Amino acid sequence: MAYKTIVEDGIDILVVGAGLGGTGAAWEARFWGKDKNIVIAEKANMDRSGAVAQGLYAINCYMGTRWGENNPEDHVRYARIDLMGLVREDLLFDMARHVDSTVHQFEDWGLPIMKDPKTGQYLREGRWQIMIHGESYKPIVSEAAKKSADKVFNRICVTHLLMDESKENRVAGAVGFNVRTGNYHVFKSKTVICGAGGASNIFKPRSVGEGSGRTWYAPWSSASAYGLMIDAGAKMTQMENRIVLARFKDGYGPVGAYFLHLKTYTQNCLGEEYESKWFPELQKMVGKEYLDPEAAHLTHRPIPTCLRNHALINEVNAGRGPIHMVTMQAFQDPHLEEVGWENFLGMTVGQAVLWAATDVDPKNENPELTTSEPYVMGSHATGSGAWCSGPEDLSPPEYFWGYNRMTTVEGLFGAGDAVGGTPHAFSSGSFTEGRLAAKAACRYIDDGKAEGIVVSSEQIKRRKEEVYKPLEHYKVYRNAIVAGDVNPHYINPKQGLDRLQKLMDEYCGGMSVNYMTNDKLLHIGLKKLAIMEEDLESLAAKDIHELLRAWELKHRHRAAECVTQHTLFRKETRWPGYYYRGDAMKVDDENWHVLTVSRRDPESGEYTMEKAPCYHLVAPDE
Amino acid sequence: MPTFVYMTRCDGCGHCVDICPSDIMHIDKTYRRAYNIEPNMCWECYSCVKACPQHAIDVRGYADFAPLGHSVRVDRDEEKGTIAWRIKFRNGTEKNFLSPITTKPWGTAIPQLADVPGPSQEMRDSELLYNEPKYIRMDEGGLPTLESAGLKMKKGVYY
Ligand SMILES: Cc1cc2nc3c(=O)[nH]c(=O)nc-3n(C[C@H](O)[C@H](O)[C@H](O)COP(=O)(O)OP(=O)(O)OC[C@H]3O[C@@H](n4cnc5c(N)ncnc54)[C@H](O)[C@@H]3O)c2cc1C
Ligand code: SF4
Ligand code: SF4
Repeated sequence: MAYKTIVEDGIDILVVGAGLGGTGAAWEARFWGKDKNIVIAEKANMDRSGAVAQGLYAINCYMGTRWGENNPEDHVRYARIDLMGLVREDLLFDMARHVDSTVHQFEDWGLPIMKDPKTGQYLREGRWQIMIHGESYKPIVSEAAKKSADKVFNRICVTHLLMDESKENRVAGAVGFNVRTGNYHVFKSKTVICGAGGASNIFKPRSVGEGSGRTWYAPWSSASAYGLMIDAGAKMTQMENRIVLARFKDGYGPVGAYFLHLKTYTQNCLGEEYESKWFPELQKMVGKEYLDPEAAHLTHRPIPTCLRNHALINEVNAGRGPIHMVTMQAFQDPHLEEVGWENFLGMTVGQAVLWAATDVDPKNENPELTTSEPYVMGSHATGSGAWCSGPEDLSPPEYFWGYNRMTTVEGLFGAGDAVGGTPHAFSSGSFTEGRLAAKAACRYIDDGKAEGIVVSSEQIKRRKEEVYKPLEHYKVYRNAIVAGDVNPHYINPKQGLDRLQKLMDEYCGGMSVNYMTNDKLLHIGLKKLAIMEEDLESLAAKDIHELLRAWELKHRHRAAECVTQHTLFRKETRWPGYYYRGDAMKVDDENWHVLTVSRRDPESGEYTMEKAPCYHLVAPDE
Repeated sequence: MPTFVYMTRCDGCGHCVDICPSDIMHIDKTYRRAYNIEPNMCWECYSCVKACPQHAIDVRGYADFAPLGHSVRVDRDEEKGTIAWRIKFRNGTEKNFLSPITTKPWGTAIPQLADVPGPSQEMRDSELLYNEPKYIRMDEGGLPTLESAGLKMKKGVYY
């Protein structure tokens, strides 16, 4: 192989993936580790990478404690009810008590936060959201990370974590390749903070053909955080808790500002309110504890997002689609019209392109909504990710093993989508989690926990062969055929992605089966995933760009397998509207008011599933 | 939606290649100009459009659901700290928007943490982060704890 091996040795803190979580980690690490060697390895260009590449128009997690708006415990209650009771309250409380300090810093750094002209306070979109002009959100946090890091390696696709050979279950760095030069990069590090983001494109998307890049979560959210951590043997939690989004049809434009700020609302094709109609039946499935429209009305307790999805899905199935967002009233107000459009231009430009192309002006017509395919992530309104330690002062023994946000692999930390059990962190909360992980990682090193790490040249070499195998495979078998992509010896990454998406869709509760699955289907799914894993050994990449796609596919496949295992384990329908277990259609609090935890044995590939207790630190409603 | 590059405007500078989060803007070897090699992995994020000094990149909505005859153009001006959008509908309607992108001159507002005084041992042993507790409430208030929030650790539910 002609590719050079470039070794970066003596790293203290390696940030893998510099999105909102990773930039937060790199930035804060410098304060606690003045003498530490901080290095970033990022798949794209940190200035515009990750879910915030096009910017954001809102910061969705801000307490406003300084103005007496909310306290951390209020946020825990909110996230808990939205997730049907199951969250890591220690991690959530911890994130929420620090998140305001993150946002105040952002303002200092030049992020334009809108103000209420009457009060001078941040302009609220909803109880938790504040409105920003966030086109440059990512360049701004990227500048902060650059100021703290010793070195930034852009365009490195990290493929594997390195493991220490002197002490079991301890991380030792990471390897990957440069997407431009093709060179092999080895990062030997005492700690790794994984911020490699969530997962789009593991379920078949609604978009087809040229439009299949139009996913709601970014198409480059390649499940790498999960793939890397699962392969290293880290325990994962709540991976069954995928999310389905109700969004504007085709463009997947965000609806938050529409519901909360513009006060638009939904109706069926007959112009009727439809949600409440589904609630009595739904209440029988989930119980009054989780769906109590009267209490919701009185106390402003939110109706869980999944249950509102359930109503939308059922209304459409009953033949009364499409569901419309009623915008025509709000858009008569020029200020609200501006907010409505800028909301797209600030974070989902494609929705504006689509409405321009189809002459949809929400002033004159009410646009359609739909539900998306499922996504797997841990920072938006869902909590999939690694099973991490909480902070010392908040966490019960089952949730605490020494270092905040450290996974069950020693020295491996997570932030943002990578961390499980902490939904509703969003951009600001992810950045905050990165900061928490950085402080803990510095302490881990200062406590001497990273002494004596050994990485053999054999490990480095073995990984190198694995990394380039798809290129080699292509070279060997390409000329077995005349031309084209149909080859009996290999599949290419796109063909593999199509297979993964189809089988996850049909067996694990995707959109084409109305989010329905059961024990039998999941077993078939697992079988097909196992066969697919064999075929992934015959993956072929014709160039470095395809090698990137090959590794994204491998990470997605691993995450998909873990999602399927978790979905099989949890024998109930906890989140109707996200997915249904047809063989267990009710919420079963007697048996499943627990967090699910999995571990894949890196040697055997076997999964061990367990239930972890759910601690409620915060009492029910005020 | 997928980007394309105007042949006469592109000078092959590579800014778009450098910025695309999806790694799909590449330089064509024959023409030495950029093009989108994988339109079905384009998020229409406009990162490349904003970065192109020649305004050579534009977006044509996805063929499978967006009819022809529209355009969404952007001009991001770092010096002025603004971004300007022009939306043209298929039927000719036009809408313009202008927003700030920063409130401070680039590169000046973020401190070097290497230069600020380091944390005391007491701070290291606490749950505080940089600039805390001050930055939490912008007053003298402390970091919320279970005690300050009146919460008690209750036994985990393990049904
Ligand atoms: C359309 C949309 C709207 C949203 N709206 C809001 C909103 O209004 N308000 C809000 O607060 N939040 C919003 N969010 C959520 C917010 O963007 C995420 O919660 C946050 O970005 C998650 O941070 P993260 O660091 O976990 O992931 P990301 O920010 O996605 O970062 C992941 C990083 O890892 C890198 N990476 C991936 N794989 C690899 C690999 N193999 N090797 C190296 N690097 C890798 C990626 O390139 C990327 O830089 C929105 C998200 C989307 C998509
Ligand atoms: S940034 Fe513009 S001018 Fe430069 S290569 Fe890309 S399209 Fe061409
Ligand atoms: S719009 Fe975004 S994803 Fe598409 S080519 Fe440009 S930078 Fe890449």
